[in-house]
Amino acid sequence: MEAFIELDGVEKVFDVRRRAGLLRREKSQVRAVDGLSFTVARGEMVGYIGPNGAGKSTTIKMLTGILTPSGGRLRVAGIDPARERTRLARRIGVVFGQRTTLWWDLPLKDSYRLMHRMYRIPDQRFRENLERCVELLDLGELLEVPVRQLSLGQRMRGDIAAALLHDPEVLYLDEPTIGLDVISKAKVRDFLRDLNADRGTTVLLTTHDLTDIEQLCRRVMVIDHGRLMYDGALAGLHEVGESERTLIVDLERELPPVVIDLARTVRVEGPRQWLAFPASQSAAPLVSALAARYPVMDLSLREPDIEAVIAKMYAGRSGQ
Amino acid sequence: MRLYGVVMVGWFRRYATYRMATAAGVFTNTAFGFIMAYTYTALWDERPQLGGYDVSQAVTYVWLGQALLMACALMGGGFEDELIERIRTGDIATDLYRPADLQLWWLACDLGRAFFHLVGRGVIPMAIGAFAFDLTLPGSALTWIAFLVCVVLGLLVSFAIRFLVALSAFWLMDGSGMAQISWLAGMFFSGMLLPLTVFPGTLGEVARALPWSSVLQIPADVFLGKRTGWALAEAYAFQAGWALALLGAGRLLQTAATRRVVLQGG
Ligand SMILES: Nc1ncnc2c1ncn2[C@@H]1O[C@H](COP(=O)(O)OP(=O)(O)OP(=O)(O)O)[C@@H](O)[C@H]1O
Ligand SMILES: [Mg+2]
Repeated sequence: MEAFIELDGVEKVFDVRRRAGLLRREKSQVRAVDGLSFTVARGEMVGYIGPNGAGKSTTIKMLTGILTPSGGRLRVAGIDPARERTRLARRIGVVFGQRTTLWWDLPLKDSYRLMHRMYRIPDQRFRENLERCVELLDLGELLEVPVRQLSLGQRMRGDIAAALLHDPEVLYLDEPTIGLDVISKAKVRDFLRDLNADRGTTVLLTTHDLTDIEQLCRRVMVIDHGRLMYDGALAGLHEVGESERTLIVDLERELPPVVIDLARTVRVEGPRQWLAFPASQSAAPLVSALAARYPVMDLSLREPDIEAVIAKMYAGRSGQ
Repeated sequence: MRLYGVVMVGWFRRYATYRMATAAGVFTNTAFGFIMAYTYTALWDERPQLGGYDVSQAVTYVWLGQALLMACALMGGGFEDELIERIRTGDIATDLYRPADLQLWWLACDLGRAFFHLVGRGVIPMAIGAFAFDLTLPGSALTWIAFLVCVVLGLLVSFAIRFLVALSAFWLMDGSGMAQISWLAGMFFSGMLLPLTVFPGTLGEVARALPWSSVLQIPADVFLGKRTGWALAEAYAFQAGWALALLGAGRLLQTAATRRVVLQGG
């Protein structure tokens, strides 16, 4: 596999000055990214997650070349981003969910005309790409609307389209679904999935919404304190996080907590009880054992919450 | 180059969407024009030929000042507010990963804005001024053309100064203080308060040699027909010299800024 994005021991240290007393200023350093190494192959779609302040945005900024690493080696498509920012710019697309690159006071289509010129996109290609984005992201009725009148979800879709008109080889998305409703999220996800499948665009996706990752990325990287904590399949996180599935049991009447080998009772509420058991284990033997010994009315199974797994992981590691 | 054309047109159109703001601005410029024109009339009645102008020329100077005030963004309202804000919030990040040059980009923005303000905020107050007062208007089309060239050069100088001011935000984090100092200096040294020809001695000479005089004093003198032939060429050379020097300084500062750039926020 050809490594398209390569990081080798990348560091970013920020100098911060803080007021310490009336006139004294204290200098200190924040290691936002601390010896990060990973590679992403061309055509991969990778989730990049971590708690607030983990260093995700900082990594993306270094990958676009707008921040220079304090140490280590970083290459995107064989290019050193910080050194050849403008050359790389034509080959990457970036969406920062909290910022917009669209022209605030002008109709959406004016921003696209700008992209057309900025990236020197051939006319034919531009028309095709725009048509495709308009169709898939449902922008048809928005093209004439000034950007400031767009809702957050509409604007985000507009921004994603703007980042893709020049056919970038890689797309960095920093929280592209932040603040979107369920329908907009679904649209954005479908679009990204197609983009990756049809065009082979490499995608690096940062998000706090794990559903994004579950639906889009086979590979996920977790970082915390600027260090890589996990890199692998999403499913593998369960093992690392020692996660549990939960069986919710409705009994005929209120009973003392169920005692059974295969699981432990974690919660009792009237006739309803919650039984936790390891995610790696099948539910079948537990269900039959339970049904044999207790008056079971109804059962439901809750899959381990990836969110909880990751929260556990963050909490476990950050104390180091 | 077409990119910057699109940017310029975009900014022109953007300001054109602020209809109410433009109407209010025209009103303000006109009101100030009247107040200053009456003040100047009183002053020139007392001291005829002050600064080498007669009353009509002095009043013309006032209305020219009002017509150019917004275009040159002498009291703010130019691109710099936005650039400073983008540096402060870190939005500048989205400008830096684009295959476009920061300085040219903002120059195109500011020229688009300035051309709009020249038309939208300049023409009507000037016309009202010409209607209400006895103004000294150019007699020939050539003077008009010479004046417009002069205005464009002035816009370049004005942009170059404000670009330097805005970039200071990379180091100061809050660029609004610098912007205010620069507006104050611009107000005085451009001749917006009083023509620079009025100031005697060293103060006058220094004021006339500073870049700000390119913004109002020189265009006004060209408009009033005080600079023709060699004097006009000299004026152009003076403006172009400052424009090149300041744009060059802006370029150096931009390189330094992007090199040490520390972007704010997540
Ligand atoms: N310009 C800066 N100056 C100083 N410190 C910074 C700067 N930018 C980021 N940091 C620090 O670097 C660390 C990583 O920040 P970063 O924005 O990369 O986090 P993140 O993973 O994107 O978090 P979030 O999920 O909140 O967006 C934080 O501790 C932050 O305070
Ligand atoms: Mg972030």
